[in-house]
Amino acid sequence: MPETPFETARGLVAAYRAQRTRPSEAVEAALAQVERHEPRVRAFLHLDAERARTEAAAWDRRYAAGEDTPPLAGVPVALKDNLCTRGAPTTCGSRILEGWRPPYDATVVARLRTAGAILLGKTNLDEFAMGSSTENSAFGPTRNPWDLSRVPGGSSGGSAAAVAAGFVPLALGSDTGGSIRLPAGFCGVVGLKPTYGRVSRYGLVAFASSLDQIGPLARDVEDCALLLDAIAGPDPLDTTSARVPPPQARAALGAAPRGLRVGVVTDAFGAGVAPGVAAAIREALRTLEGLGLAIEEVALPTLEAALPAYYLLAPAEASANLARYDGMRYGLRAAGADLVDTYRQTRRRGFGPEVKRRIMLGTYALSAGYYDAYYLRAQKVRTLVARDFERAFARADVVVMPVAPTPAFAIGERAADPLQMYLADVFTIPVNLAGLPGLALPCGFDGGLPVGLQLIGRPFDEATLLRVGHAYQQATDWHRRRPPVA
Amino acid sequence: MATPAGAPRTVVGLEIHVQLLTASKMFCGCAVSFGAPPNTLVCPVCLGLPGALPVLNRRAVDLGLRTALALGCRIHPRSQFHRKNYFYPDLPKNYQISQYEYAGHPPLATGGALEIVTEGARRLVRIRRVHLEEDTGRLVHAEGASGSLVDFNRSGVPLMEIVTEPDLRSPAEAREFLTALRRLLQFAEVSSGRMEEGTLRCDANVSLVGDDGVPGIRTEVKNMNSIRAVERALAYEVARQAEARRRGEAVVQETRHWDERRGVTFGSRSKEEAQDYRYFPEPDLVPLEVDEAWLERVRASLPELPAARRDRLMAAFGLGGADADRLTASPAMARFFEETVAAFPDARVVANWLVGEVAAYLNEHGTEIDAITLTPRRLADLLRLIEDGTLSGRLAKEILVAMIKDDLDAVAVVEARGLRQISDEAALGRIVEEVLAAHPGPVADVRAGKDRALGFLVGQVMKATGGRANPEAVNRLLRERVGS
Amino acid sequence: MIDRDTVEHVARLARLALTEEERERFAEQLGRILEYADRLSALPLDDVPPTSHALPMTNVLRDDAVAPSLPRDEVLAQAPARRDGFFVVPRVFDEG
Ligand SMILES: [Mg+2]
Ligand SMILES: [Zn+2]
Repeated sequence: MPETPFETARGLVAAYRAQRTRPSEAVEAALAQVERHEPRVRAFLHLDAERARTEAAAWDRRYAAGEDTPPLAGVPVALKDNLCTRGAPTTCGSRILEGWRPPYDATVVARLRTAGAILLGKTNLDEFAMGSSTENSAFGPTRNPWDLSRVPGGSSGGSAAAVAAGFVPLALGSDTGGSIRLPAGFCGVVGLKPTYGRVSRYGLVAFASSLDQIGPLARDVEDCALLLDAIAGPDPLDTTSARVPPPQARAALGAAPRGLRVGVVTDAFGAGVAPGVAAAIREALRTLEGLGLAIEEVALPTLEAALPAYYLLAPAEASANLARYDGMRYGLRAAGADLVDTYRQTRRRGFGPEVKRRIMLGTYALSAGYYDAYYLRAQKVRTLVARDFERAFARADVVVMPVAPTPAFAIGERAADPLQMYLADVFTIPVNLAGLPGLALPCGFDGGLPVGLQLIGRPFDEATLLRVGHAYQQATDWHRRRPPVA
Repeated sequence: MATPAGAPRTVVGLEIHVQLLTASKMFCGCAVSFGAPPNTLVCPVCLGLPGALPVLNRRAVDLGLRTALALGCRIHPRSQFHRKNYFYPDLPKNYQISQYEYAGHPPLATGGALEIVTEGARRLVRIRRVHLEEDTGRLVHAEGASGSLVDFNRSGVPLMEIVTEPDLRSPAEAREFLTALRRLLQFAEVSSGRMEEGTLRCDANVSLVGDDGVPGIRTEVKNMNSIRAVERALAYEVARQAEARRRGEAVVQETRHWDERRGVTFGSRSKEEAQDYRYFPEPDLVPLEVDEAWLERVRASLPELPAARRDRLMAAFGLGGADADRLTASPAMARFFEETVAAFPDARVVANWLVGEVAAYLNEHGTEIDAITLTPRRLADLLRLIEDGTLSGRLAKEILVAMIKDDLDAVAVVEARGLRQISDEAALGRIVEEVLAAHPGPVADVRAGKDRALGFLVGQVMKATGGRANPEAVNRLLRERVGS
Repeated sequence: MIDRDTVEHVARLARLALTEEERERFAEQLGRILEYADRLSALPLDDVPPTSHALPMTNVLRDDAVAPSLPRDEVLAQAPARRDGFFVVPRVFDEG
């Protein structure tokens, strides 16, 4: 019997193949874990236990018959609720999409089905992925399994918490400004934001299209690589998905990273970074050095400008992406005196305050007379951020920063002050602006809360990030720690 | 157009939306089809469902490039789609994917010109830009209903927008321009170009410039569903603006709708909100780069354009300019001509019939050569029956109409109606004798040298034979018998 | 700080109805965020080209091939109002 519910995905598959356990047992273990802890964690918005059991039973038979099975056959996986699932609720954490059931599957969802995954349910998120704490969900916040008074990070907080709490070994999130890496860091799990274009966005409900990217969350780097391999690769339905060969990330993990150069972003250790976070990162760097990697210093002079640029660009794109929620074709429709009033009342009732704030901000940044001062200027900063990274990658193979300046903050602590909240993403946002891959993995604790290490790579070089991360996890056991709630 | 001294000068610019001849929509695989039941040609992409993404149709770009080449435009090596943001229930994403023009972001093509002929003079009308965009859905205003109905079948259908400089100087020039543009689009096989079906749509900007050179306020006229309607609407609008100017009243900058039935334009009653489309680059579509090799492929695929076709018809078949013009009024007509000539090589006879009898029929019935049952082979057969003396020209004209109406070959009509020409002299001789016996007066007149009386007698023979008599034979027989 | 008229203008463009309280709060919050964004004006950006896409890709096109559309029942099942195969929306101002 494997140590469910904290078995890895690859451990489960190996156990199924060796007939040491069955998918049905794993699913029951997962559901039991959910039943025990979900009332306090609140990671899920929808669970489909019945379907999971049916699918598990089908995989049971195929494993029992010794059939060839796809790589994730019978593995429970959770999906952030901004990924379209045919015929199943997809709310984006918003009242405006309550009850909506897409008539199609997102490409990643279709790929997971093909890979044999059992889609256990949809996880909570900040409404339309706008937030850093999962407090902006219209259906209530998710809590951090390490400390229920704290946020799990966001916006993929439900997915990170579900993995941390032992509900599922794998989950998908989406990352526009740090929404996979921040919750991974806060919840002590592994999260990868792939290179922009690595994973198809088809069926990911858009927040900011030029920044959004779907990625895996897992308990360790190897499982993370396994899930990436299942979802990555070009998709004719997404013209921004890159025509590059799939990463074969898991196969790349074997090669020792000895001799690679690690660039430490010196600007990322200034004011605002909690001493405990800085200490954990420095310790991680010593570990990497001990593994034979060379530590260099690199500079990202535009780091500080990235945050304000992001908070113009992402809302601008969002203001257009969210225009379609108007009560005409699907979702909520509020009564109004006439057409325009129906639009305005529907959107007033359907959207929460953070979504409205960003729609307002983005509309303003694009409106006549302000485009050049805000939107265009922010696009230029985006160019500078990308150039910064290019220079850094001339000196280093991997760039290192903390995931966030602090560990998980308390629920409600930053809710009243949007700017304070936005600062949580200061180290993750530049990576989205430059379209690069970023890996978050646990590297220690500060006051009993996980600290996340962020490794950033060259475009489409997820393999190097995962290699370094895997070697680090061979040498450390932060990823094996369990939250007290579980 | 000659402008009387002191009269304001008319300035017209056109904005034309052209539906491209593709099988599928601009950004998804839904079929482009006219008249399907509502909301049956829709998918997540063209319904703007959450998470759906657009994928650009290569053929739509090719057709845009064809047009740009045909208009002599400058094709930009790099262009980009944009989002044009506005809320309207026929626009499922509440933004239209279009191409906008601003610093560093050119549309597909700019510049270019199209030649028109007005009052015998050739003139170039400048094209400002050619860009690609998606169509909206269709709103239906059901009578008495509390709501409006929306059909998204048309949503995402590929459109090309062509914008002219304000170079047109009269409603007639606008008509000429649209006629020439439609012809070009049809020859280039870019669009069916039918305003009545909405595959060609035209909005017009109209203003008057006083003799002091001060430009007046411009209005935008919409809702014109034929080239003729454009001309009428512009004439009305020009007169309306001139009248306002004469009275010293202000023309309001507004959108005005053409009411075909009443023959007037009227301003929208709704208060117009100042438009702020908040264009920005469409992040879901990567930029378009058109290199020389791509252009070369498009150039090679470009069908023969009207001017070249006209010149070739004149050179190859010895046609006059007027006939060649009319035979190249549409590609269907040009193709019909050439295919008929292939089967009946007397090009002049074919041309005469096409620009004469056939054109008259089309005109009278308001139809097109490719919409009737006549085929080049059927026309050639008919002409051959005239040539070999089986039919008189007059009979052939009647038969032509019957062929078209009943979807028949010439021979079938001839047999069915017993219309074969009577050239048999014995049979004709008997009829001639009867006519002479019945009309002694005219016979005497003919003998007295009055030729008009001979015409009367010929007519009587024709009448007696139901028009089937060979006119030459009748003339000869009459003269012989009367002895004139 | 941006003024409340500007907030209302933007809310109209975005088709959002705001309460008086929201207008006030957004005026304050948007003002602070934009003030923060004004830091960007200190950067030398004149000769920097803008970036609208993360990666330098071009020319991704599809062939002009027809693919199946969705079943109409499935499309309309999600609509707040429908009739005779159409979506029903609040009456659009009749231009005629
Ligand atoms: Mg247009
Ligand atoms: Zn479609």
